[in-house]
Amino acid sequence: MADSRKLTVNGREIEFTDERNLLEVIRQAGIDLPTFCYHSELSIYGACRLCLVEVTQNGRTMVMAACSTAPAPGMVIQTETKELREMRKISVELLLANHNTECPTCVRSSSRALQNIARRLGVAEVRYKKLQPEEMEPLDLSSPSLQRDPNKCIKCGDCVRVCSEIQGVGAIYFTNRGSNAKITTAFDAPIAGTECVNCGQCAAVCPTGALTAKQDSPRVWEALYDKSKTVVVQVAPAVRVALGEHFGAQPGENVAGKLVTALKLMGFKYVYDTSFTADMTIFEEATEFLGRVSNGGTLPLFTSCCPAWVRYMELYYPDMLANLSSCRSPQAMFGAVAKKVLPEQLGVKREDLVVVSIMPCTAKKYEAQLDKFKVDGQPEVDIVITTDEVGRMINSLGIHLSELAPSAFDMPMGFATGAGVIFGASGGVMEAALRYAAEKLENKTLENVDFVAVRGMSARKEATVHLGGMDIKVAVVHGLAQAKELLEDIRAGRANYHFVEVMACPGGCISGAGQPIGATNAIRKKRQQGLYTADKAHQVQKSQDNYLVTRCYEEHLGGHPGSHEAHELLHTHYQNRGQIFEAKVPVMRGTADKRLPVTVTVCDDGDCAGAKLVDQIAAHIKAMNLADRVDLDAAVASRKPAGLCVSVGDHVVEGGEPAAAIEEIKKAIDSGVASL
Amino acid sequence: MEESIDKSQALAAQFAAVEAILAKNNHDPSRMIPILQEIQDVQKYLSKDVINYVASALKVPASRVYGVATFYAHFSLSPKGRHILRICDGTACHVKKSHATLEMLSKKLGLTDDKRTTDDLMFTVELVSCLGTCGLAPVVVIDDEVHGQSTPATVEAIIDDIIAKENAAKAEQGK
Ligand code: SF4
Ligand code: FES
Repeated sequence: MADSRKLTVNGREIEFTDERNLLEVIRQAGIDLPTFCYHSELSIYGACRLCLVEVTQNGRTMVMAACSTAPAPGMVIQTETKELREMRKISVELLLANHNTECPTCVRSSSRALQNIARRLGVAEVRYKKLQPEEMEPLDLSSPSLQRDPNKCIKCGDCVRVCSEIQGVGAIYFTNRGSNAKITTAFDAPIAGTECVNCGQCAAVCPTGALTAKQDSPRVWEALYDKSKTVVVQVAPAVRVALGEHFGAQPGENVAGKLVTALKLMGFKYVYDTSFTADMTIFEEATEFLGRVSNGGTLPLFTSCCPAWVRYMELYYPDMLANLSSCRSPQAMFGAVAKKVLPEQLGVKREDLVVVSIMPCTAKKYEAQLDKFKVDGQPEVDIVITTDEVGRMINSLGIHLSELAPSAFDMPMGFATGAGVIFGASGGVMEAALRYAAEKLENKTLENVDFVAVRGMSARKEATVHLGGMDIKVAVVHGLAQAKELLEDIRAGRANYHFVEVMACPGGCISGAGQPIGATNAIRKKRQQGLYTADKAHQVQKSQDNYLVTRCYEEHLGGHPGSHEAHELLHTHYQNRGQIFEAKVPVMRGTADKRLPVTVTVCDDGDCAGAKLVDQIAAHIKAMNLADRVDLDAAVASRKPAGLCVSVGDHVVEGGEPAAAIEEIKKAIDSGVASL
Repeated sequence: MEESIDKSQALAAQFAAVEAILAKNNHDPSRMIPILQEIQDVQKYLSKDVINYVASALKVPASRVYGVATFYAHFSLSPKGRHILRICDGTACHVKKSHATLEMLSKKLGLTDDKRTTDDLMFTVELVSCLGTCGLAPVVVIDDEVHGQSTPATVEAIIDDIIAKENAAKAEQGK
């Protein structure tokens, strides 16, 4: 600990040590200075001017931004003077003047910082007018996960910093300048077409409603009102330790039982637990892992539960997709199993069964609508709503969660082990997999199931576990910028692991962007703790002891993990999405309404495989008379060597010899056009 | 429909020019502005593809390159005409009715506030703030040549002249 020094806040003497700035010192003294642009885990920006304080030092008194002023011994600080109050009020009024104030219809109106602070400072009217009576900018509704309303943006830049500092993505940035300044994507394009991974962390820090999770609850109500439908729901592990915060409970308090009751009151026929398929994920993924270890397969193995992370890999590290586990996420496994098993079990037609998910996550909305998780055009998980959305649905019913008696999840897919429940915390998947691998490798019962080294909030958690005469090296990271660092270490040979868990959100799913707003590290830790407490409260702690999962394998999934049937329903494949970063130039343009996009990566190398293919592909398109229905682009790769990469709609052909590839490409074009 | 192989290689070659500029600057992201300047000098504007290419070559998000390119008025994201007319709208020129010239040009060339370049890429008309030659107000700069005390009529004469020359050159080529 650094040596203790002292300063004075509002006449009280306060000790400080290694705090980064005055704001932290003042908040520790119990004074809640208002801020917009300060987040302890992000870089300091100092733009909102709400944290202004009066600092007297060496006989001089100045007004300074507490967030960007280092504490020094002997400082005398006033947080509340007439002048400061007036300045803060002006700041808020200026922000409000450029904010579209349609608060009553805003999904964020109950939780938005801007509104709260305005009320706190007693802003009664906004004395400033908008610069010009601007036209309203259109909303960006392109993303399955997020909704962007540029009219509500106050340009605090929190989203920009989260996206680049925590996630290492940078899909949005400041553009233009002066009064035209705008936070948006490159070329102001719809966000769905960018490298955005749908994690929603930008929406989680947005102090207004400019970035919010896409709202799908109206579709749930519609399904519930439709008498011809049977609506079932799965609840993800992390939801239960955060939903209560909507109703005044402490972070980490487990409200699973009360939520089941509330969902039944809403009209859901059966309520299941995603932790059931989390256990199933462990059967598959740990089996995959042990297989790779014993057969010399590609290592390290990366977990694949987090769709934001999966998309990140597809975009940035397509050359390492073989390291990604082929297991679907627990949500997707649930959808596949439910749609296969439940129609018969419940006596309903497959098309009349509606599977809803309640997730802490916005990326799961994106995952559910991917073509690969559809059967005959129908998604296996029909609708995904967030913890926040279900909280508001419960509110709208006029029920108070805390007053409900708890009920149990429905069987069989409501039965889970503690291992399935801790999936919601960073390190949980790894711990559950280790509990499984330990028993398989050691051939005896595992007594102490706790692998505490992989728990908690530190940036990179590493452990070496001695199992079956082997040293298994594992790592756990959360936040994609951390994942990127780890991937670069692996590439450069600076690090070496057998198994790596990655979650996109800090602390894991418990602080997903669908969770109640305002998560700090303290809240994240409490929610994690809530899951570890739940782990202990379950009858069984190890996924492999989930006898209902075992029975499900016997009845529907070919008897054992890794079977043919399990591969069909529980595994998936990935695609190289790296072409998104390449400069595209049109080669052929069709004129029909629906056209198949075909993109060939080329480089200026004399014998570039792609450039040769372009010609053959164009010839094929002409020969088959498809020119009207195809858009052919050449994509110029700046990251070399480019290697062979051709995408035909969603299908990607890469690597290998052009001679072999062209046949596959031709087939893909023919069937792609046919299914337009 | 175009013949493809030559075209795709020609395009790859176009990016080879960009690549050369990037290499000269060591692919250093902190040199993004000089890199963009050099590219614009060669290609007259920054196309979407060039921005994407520069972004991935420098390993920075395209949104950031786009942000820089839109911050500075110097960068143009749409193609510019072969002849560039800059009409000064500084205080001195403004009070001496520089707008009359702008109106004449907009009408004659079919331009608007949002459309600054003619479809045939012959002219781009820009409104700029003070050029620092207020004594000559109102000032119009045509292809880097300063024309003081301009009126709609003098400017129209100059551009008519340019159009006539271009047409003559085209006819010559056609022969
Ligand atoms: S959802 Fe995630 S990746 Fe997409 S813009 Fe927001 S922070 Fe960036
Ligand atoms: S929190 Fe200090 S300026 Fe915004």
